[in-house]
Amino acid sequence: MLAFIIRRLFQGIIVMLAVGLVAFSLFNFVGDPINSLVGIDTPLDEREKLREQLGLNDPFPIQFGRFVLNGVQGNFGLSYRMSEPVMRVIGSRLPATVELSLVAAIIALVLGVGMGVFTGLYPRAALSRIFLTVSLIGVSLPTFLTGILLILVFAVWLGVLPSFGRGDVVSFGAWTSGFFTSTGLRALILPAVTLGLFQLTLIMRLVRSEMLEVMRTDYIKFARARGLTDRAINFGHALKNTLVPVITITGLQLGAIIAFSIITETVFSWPGMGQLFIQSVQSVDIPVMATYLVLIALFFVVINLCVDLLYYAVDPRLRFDGSKGGH
Amino acid sequence: MKIGFRTLILAAGAFALSSMASGTAFAQGKVFKWANDGDVNSMDPYARNETFLLSFLNNVYEGLVRRDGNLKLEPSLATSWKLATPTTWEFKLRQGVKFHDGTPFVADDVVFSINRANAGASNMKGYFVSMKEIRKVDEQTVVLETKYPDPLMVDKLAQIFIMSKAWAEKNNATGVADLTKPDESNFATRNANGTGPFKLQSREPDVKTVLVKNAAWWDKMPGNIDVAEFNRIANAATRTAALRSGEVHFVYTVPPQDEDALSKDPNTKVVAGRETRVVYLGFDQERNELLKSNVKGKNPFKDVRVRKAFMAAIDVEAMKRTIMRGQSFPTALMVGQGINGYFKELDVRPKLDVEGAKKLLADAGYPQGFEVGMDCPNDRYVQDEAICKAVVSMLARINVKVNLNAQTRAKYFAEILRKPDYSPGNTSFFMLGWSPASTYDAHNVLEQLIQTPSAATKKGGFNPGGYSNKKVDELSDKIEQETDKAKRDAMLKEAQKIHLDEVGHIPLHQQAVVWAMRKNVDVVQRADNVFPLMYVKMK
Repeated sequence: MLAFIIRRLFQGIIVMLAVGLVAFSLFNFVGDPINSLVGIDTPLDEREKLREQLGLNDPFPIQFGRFVLNGVQGNFGLSYRMSEPVMRVIGSRLPATVELSLVAAIIALVLGVGMGVFTGLYPRAALSRIFLTVSLIGVSLPTFLTGILLILVFAVWLGVLPSFGRGDVVSFGAWTSGFFTSTGLRALILPAVTLGLFQLTLIMRLVRSEMLEVMRTDYIKFARARGLTDRAINFGHALKNTLVPVITITGLQLGAIIAFSIITETVFSWPGMGQLFIQSVQSVDIPVMATYLVLIALFFVVINLCVDLLYYAVDPRLRFDGSKGGH
Repeated sequence: MKIGFRTLILAAGAFALSSMASGTAFAQGKVFKWANDGDVNSMDPYARNETFLLSFLNNVYEGLVRRDGNLKLEPSLATSWKLATPTTWEFKLRQGVKFHDGTPFVADDVVFSINRANAGASNMKGYFVSMKEIRKVDEQTVVLETKYPDPLMVDKLAQIFIMSKAWAEKNNATGVADLTKPDESNFATRNANGTGPFKLQSREPDVKTVLVKNAAWWDKMPGNIDVAEFNRIANAATRTAALRSGEVHFVYTVPPQDEDALSKDPNTKVVAGRETRVVYLGFDQERNELLKSNVKGKNPFKDVRVRKAFMAAIDVEAMKRTIMRGQSFPTALMVGQGINGYFKELDVRPKLDVEGAKKLLADAGYPQGFEVGMDCPNDRYVQDEAICKAVVSMLARINVKVNLNAQTRAKYFAEILRKPDYSPGNTSFFMLGWSPASTYDAHNVLEQLIQTPSAATKKGGFNPGGYSNKKVDELSDKIEQETDKAKRDAMLKEAQKIHLDEVGHIPLHQQAVVWAMRKNVDVVQRADNVFPLMYVKMK
């Protein structure tokens, strides 16, 4: 078990290095950072001096090596655009993205499972048809369009929810949270719904089909024959057996939520990491881009590790194999 | 477990209430909320020589002089100034002014600030090319000595804001944040302490920056707002939505496609005026063979007839009607109206004449036209890519096939700008925009865009195509040091006349400054796209 974790962590480091290497080889094509660093009438020789000092004239393996060397020591440099330490810049954005992704995931999971169970149990009910139709919209509309539509309806026409930003936040040390203020919670609604909508419909459809499948099985019939209540059958037996694939999908989709948050954050001006990344690309802020990409690689590595460990916990066969020392 | 959770929620609720109370404490009086697509990149007034940063920080910091709504210079931290000798500017300083932290403003602050702006990682060093030294004479007087007569020194100083020496020294911010020294995070990047009408209350980079009125300001505020909350909203549609829903009162960068909707909305209005920036096209007139063309062995743009043909074939009025939705001011000059050295009598474009253009091309030896590559930005000027596309189709009428390469600014400028050794940029035909925002004077345009590029003289750094005329060079060098206004203006006019006759570049138009706001907001719009909060009035 421990050997497995260590092996995975080692692989994780290789993944991060590979991401960093690919990122650096791409930075040659995003343009010249100097133009976003200085005013337009900065003399050419001054630009060149800066380029030289920042090491932008070095070949990319050297730039990459320098980044890794400094990164190992926890030093990711200063953001070109904001002249602030990269770790502080990213650290100040992390809470916004984590909170948004978390709420979106919870919305997707709770509503998705609830609606999935309902449509699975009562496939012919009018409400089920409505859910299914609406879910088509969720699957087919791109995130930015959903976001803009929600803004138009709830911010411009009805004027009940804010169209941008995160509202007031409360800080706990380095962490800022919008969960504890009314403006913060209101600001969370539209982006979280936008971000969670796709996953919601995905989970709903998954649970529905699993439910339809399970309800036909013998053990449900047997449970009915035993005279168990509907509630016990539906939730105790049927739903429980549908959840295994749902957990797998949710784990995988957590990464997707973070990735999609780039678009949602841009539309709602949500001050998270996704928005930071977009702006860093526009202004060729290499230190921020590189650190962000490596960090996201780390996220994925950790999420995958957790999912693998969950399998160990859930599936006894894997544990058994593991103890024999190989699979 | 249950009790523990409930206690936690209660505690969090109480905490939130107390923090909300403190959060709203400052939000009293008239709160003005506004938004832009990009943030102010630093609170350090020398970090970046760019309009938006200087515009924003001028609310907090002040220079020795400032510009009014019509861009005329007026006293600010200096009450008067004079040219004591041709190379000595003497400034009398305003007395009794205090920085926001309470320290009094003294002559040492001026000397410190100007030296800070001219050293290290400052992006303002270009303003001090002519400066020899700055020194304090007494508590009320400073003297700035130049190496040669520089009639524009005072104009330049309007962009150099004065910082407190004591504050900078106390906070270890005597220099500008240096990107090559990542371990030194700079206090002045995040904090500000000026003498201006507003104080910096709080700053979250890329999110929100809040300024509050400085009650102790030395001047009388023409506007009436108490708090100005600046939000960054990058997405154009969201920015417009926030204005229409009333969440913000003002947006600085208005998406062109939303101008109509915002001026028709009963709650909002659009204010537009001529911007000093001129958008123009340029040619490679330096290489003997163009980099991006099918003409081999010679450079068609060296022939004035070809340049004239291009000028005559481009319909700026059509551009204004369709692409710019009326928000442009066609011009024949490289210097915009509103800048010193603009001459209305020179500003006459040749008539649109497609047949004449074809004839000129035939005379020059290209009766079948030719092919040329064009470089264009797609996120720098208003409708830049659309303008270039229009140029492509307008030139197609005279059989010139233009292959357009429009790309993002970071790539675009790297492609076309001259190299560090002043060798020409990789372009044959390009679009640029320029506003002489450091001096508000036409000489800047001559020096940077029109003079012969040379690493020795450091002129012509932004003349990617290498237009070159000896007479213009001579005039420009004389203008630089001429302190007699009448003589100077005559030379400015002569130089521009030569450039115009030779079609050195093709000026297209001055784009418009477009601001949108709620109906109850009144502002003063400056032609340089600077937005002083002190004029903002809210009903």
